Amino acid sequence: MGRFHRHEDGTAHSHDTVDSQDTGHSHDTGVSRATPSTAHTQATGVSSGAAHPDERAGDHSGYATGGERVEVLERIFGENDRTAAANRADFAAAGVRVVNLMSSPGAGKTMLLGETLTRLGSRLRIGIIEGDIETSLDADRLAGLGAQIALINTGNGFGGECHLDAPMVRSALPRLPLPELDLVLIENVGNLVCPAEFDVGEDTRAMVYAVTEGEEKPLKYPVMFRSCGLVVVNKVDLLPYLDFDMDGFLGNLRQVNPAAKVLMVSARTGEGVDAWCDWLSARR
Amino acid sequence: MHELSICSSIADITTRRAAGRTVVVINMRIGQLRQIVPGTLVYCWELVSADTPLAGSRISVEYVPARISCRSCEQVTEVGEVPLFACAGCGGIDVEVVSGEEFLITSLELEALAADDAGRGQPTDQGAAKGSPGEGTGA
Repeated sequence: MGRFHRHEDGTAHSHDTVDSQDTGHSHDTGVSRATPSTAHTQATGVSSGAAHPDERAGDHSGYATGGERVEVLERIFGENDRTAAANRADFAAAGVRVVNLMSSPGAGKTMLLGETLTRLGSRLRIGIIEGDIETSLDADRLAGLGAQIALINTGNGFGGECHLDAPMVRSALPRLPLPELDLVLIENVGNLVCPAEFDVGEDTRAMVYAVTEGEEKPLKYPVMFRSCGLVVVNKVDLLPYLDFDMDGFLGNLRQVNPAAKVLMVSARTGEGVDAWCDWLSARR
Repeated sequence: MHELSICSSIADITTRRAAGRTVVVINMRIGQLRQIVPGTLVYCWELVSADTPLAGSRISVEYVPARISCRSCEQVTEVGEVPLFACAGCGGIDVEVVSGEEFLITSLELEALAADDAGRGQPTDQGAAKGSPGEGTGA
């Protein structure tokens, strides 16, 4: 089935249905030396000419016969995904469950983790991978609560990244005694966009979402909300003081992720934290 | 949001696949659900590729809208700007994303090798191949 669409520059073209699975296979032929005639066929069959209103648009012939098009079909995140698979294999071999915890800055991930360690620390052996662009402030807050903590500062050799990726998490693994742990919680960098893009080898993803963030965020950040099996709706103790429309939020969430489980929590008062801990424990 | 770091991955793949040849265009396919802003990616590429062997190459983006397929009635629905992951036909929410998650380099357009021109007998080849690779893009 062909698909026709317009670009911002006003040009338009159609392309065949793209199955996301087609990105998974590899072409190990290296640089395939397309003959000039082959290159011409490819150039007219794909969109590059139409997408760019430069002097070459509509003149594929001169361009294609002069240059050469080589097929690549290589995923941008291929290396990350291979490392994520290695992490996942190591977690499985150690028998440890791994939850990737994501949220915007200030939603309450660290406070919730603190309450989690206080409640679960005597029952489960827990490791924390703490991602922050700068500082050890979050790791310091969690120190002394009985968990093994490995801090990753993404501003430290990782270019100030706005997310954790699989190689960063891998770099933290030697600092955790995986075979001695039951559960590893990865506290991702506070950000509703980038962390959703990177598989780090986790078993499942959970989000902490504060009622102070408004109802519309699932529609603005659908990729993040879609990627999570659980959404912890935090700071519900503030509801009497806010105009937050809970039904509206839940409707927006269902619009992008109808399967997500939802827990109402206040890390501050402790409401719902036991249910969160049960969810984590059941994930063993 | 992380277009700058993604450019490093693009540079790695492109350098390896080009095998020393001069790259004119990097053709990419990017799905709507990838949260990549094509214009930002193109701009970041200019920064990242400057002063490298890839300087002057440009990124061309084929943008793929997100679509879902209903597991109940099999209708395919475009997710839309404000995303709705429900079937437009039956309203079902048991759906599978069938496009919009692509993020790959599909092909590279390389400058002609001087030897390639010998047997072609087309005097315009060389000039057309070189073009003006440093100019902006429309993505």
